[in-house]
Amino acid sequence: MSSSNDIITLSHGAGGKAMRDLIDDLFVKGFANETLAALEDQARFDLSTICSAGKQLAMTTDSYVVDPLFFPGGDIGKLAVCGTVNDLAVGGAIPLYLSCGMIIEEGLPLETLRQVVLSMKTTADQAGIQIVTGDTKVVHKGAADKLFINTTGIGVIPAGIDIQAQRAKPGDAILINGFIGDHGAAIADARGELSLESNIQSDCQPLNDLIAQMLNTCPDIHCLRDATRGGLATVLNEFAEASQTCMSIDEKRLPVRAAVRGFCEILGLDPLYLANEGKLVAIVPAAAAETLLAIMRQHPAGKDSVCIGEVTQAPQGHMLLKTAFGGERLVDMLVGDQLPRIC
Amino acid sequence: MKYVDEFRDPAKAKAILNEIQSLLTKTAIVKQRPLQIMEFCGGHTHTIFRYGIEKLLPETIEMVHGPGCPVCVLPRGRVDDALSLAERDNVIFTTFGDAMRVPGSQKSLLQAKADGADIRMVYSPLDALNLARKHPDKQVIFFALGFETTMPSTALTILQAEKQAIENFSLFCNHITTAPTIKAILDEPDMILDGFLAPGHVSMVIGKQPFEFIAEHYHKPIVITGFEPLDILQSIWMVVQQISAQRSTVENQYARVAKASGNLPGLQAIQQVYELDASSELRGLGKLDHSGVKIRDDYQQFDAEKKFALTKHAASDPAETCCGDVIKGLMRPWQCHAFGNSCKPETPLGALMVSSEGACAAYYNFGNVNELLARRQKDTVNS
Repeated sequence: MSSSNDIITLSHGAGGKAMRDLIDDLFVKGFANETLAALEDQARFDLSTICSAGKQLAMTTDSYVVDPLFFPGGDIGKLAVCGTVNDLAVGGAIPLYLSCGMIIEEGLPLETLRQVVLSMKTTADQAGIQIVTGDTKVVHKGAADKLFINTTGIGVIPAGIDIQAQRAKPGDAILINGFIGDHGAAIADARGELSLESNIQSDCQPLNDLIAQMLNTCPDIHCLRDATRGGLATVLNEFAEASQTCMSIDEKRLPVRAAVRGFCEILGLDPLYLANEGKLVAIVPAAAAETLLAIMRQHPAGKDSVCIGEVTQAPQGHMLLKTAFGGERLVDMLVGDQLPRIC
Repeated sequence: MKYVDEFRDPAKAKAILNEIQSLLTKTAIVKQRPLQIMEFCGGHTHTIFRYGIEKLLPETIEMVHGPGCPVCVLPRGRVDDALSLAERDNVIFTTFGDAMRVPGSQKSLLQAKADGADIRMVYSPLDALNLARKHPDKQVIFFALGFETTMPSTALTILQAEKQAIENFSLFCNHITTAPTIKAILDEPDMILDGFLAPGHVSMVIGKQPFEFIAEHYHKPIVITGFEPLDILQSIWMVVQQISAQRSTVENQYARVAKASGNLPGLQAIQQVYELDASSELRGLGKLDHSGVKIRDDYQQFDAEKKFALTKHAASDPAETCCGDVIKGLMRPWQCHAFGNSCKPETPLGALMVSSEGACAAYYNFGNVNELLARRQKDTVNS
């Protein structure tokens, strides 16, 4: 048994009894499912169950290195589940299983790890996915920053779904399920370097249920991605390039919270490039747009859904922004991070 | 958002644009050629591109993007100097974000950071002073850049460091002055400029008087301008009004922030800490008299160049770029043969391609690059 003062030491990653106790106490109990509890070196699945769920198997992986580990609206654990679940879901896949690899810096309080595991379990339950296999490594102080998590996900894509970036066609509508930039602003603010007072919460949330309902209503969604790093602008540039069309966006219709706008005004940042962790961008046939929006708005993850523009022919491969001021400009991908300006 | 949306009202923009259009019909010059109006300040360039103002303006007005982007006129040799300070043992080198990607002759601060130098981005020189307090065992250097806008804050930081006896803090001073830079542009023999938008934040510090020579001696209208899109349009309208009435005076559109007398405490701090340097080099403009300041001897313990006995580097601009001509408004960014070829935002040769205030980056990021390159090719064939 461990007390709340305990910390992770190198012995927790050494393969011996300490490690076994950590796995039993924290992970097996925390993630609570039979596949993991079998404690084999691999998770085993019944193929016929998977096959009956759909036509294609989807697999994705992502690593999470967020600092700070806990931030308004989420934590690294919630992020590690949502991020991978969403990467599966935007391909039209029903997420089924997750792996969880943890790289822990020695000295991390055990209680911190326990909170992260609890958050992963809560989020996995919310998304209807099981964490079925895992790995733990403990590294020397300074070799990692507190805690890094990798999750790999497996899901099944039902027949009749064909979501691809190159399928955007002129005339299609561009939908988003709510306010942009919340996560990026929340993280920058939570680092505390800016000494700003705000109540911006990360939008970190699983999107698979919302997407399932959207696909139920309109199986012919052309393109779908979650706008994470690089923000909305990056996803729309990817769509434009892959489909050789133009993503024409109306700035007036872009949902940006007043607090996030203010944050961006102060720092000279553009919310179009700020990260999101619970926002999807969908390119859909124009005829289905209104019905889809109505369905999306009924879902808690989509209550602020809006149509932000349409796919047009030219300029090919670009994102064009009609500014609220009445002008027009192209929005390119960023080269690196957004850098605050001198004055 | 209050105090912001009022300055971005599209209906008001349309009304001003109509006014500008009707003034232009009464302006003689535009019958021969488009008016050339220079926005000096990089902040204005950023606003013009961000809100798509160029495309809203009549074709008879061309905006010329001036040298008022502090990192854009920073000579490569000074970036090399900064790198040699940043790569010293036991140094925390602090800088504003813009300067991180500016290429020196070998590398940028961002690359030096990846190589292991302790380089940190800060939002204010006071953040750098706080770092010095937190790390008494390290030498903290702040990369002081900018025109008169940022001078009061760096000067006050030095005064605070002195008051609190913080000995491990110093400033690498690269501040430059606005008026000599504008004068250098006006003295260019090939210069065709009909008027100026003056930098609002610089004016907030130095006031109106330093710009008066532009109207009096060079007979160019100049309007102190704010940074919202309606500010820019209103100022263009004010410049066109002067041109059409054949007047030239300094007018102040940004009176809500910039007072005619400037900011007295700010000016006093500048005066106390800095003195004019005999001459300073600005990238693309060369050495100009009194175009920069240095830290006074009274505060030399805070002067990083003296503290670390810096040996200055000299480095010329890459031969294939035309940064100087672009900065002076003699050439448009896309007319430079490096633009879009060897010089792109991901592999910038010049600082104009790095900063979001740089004219080349603005054209590259906010314009249609393929269209611009085709235009260059057509121009080349025709010439």
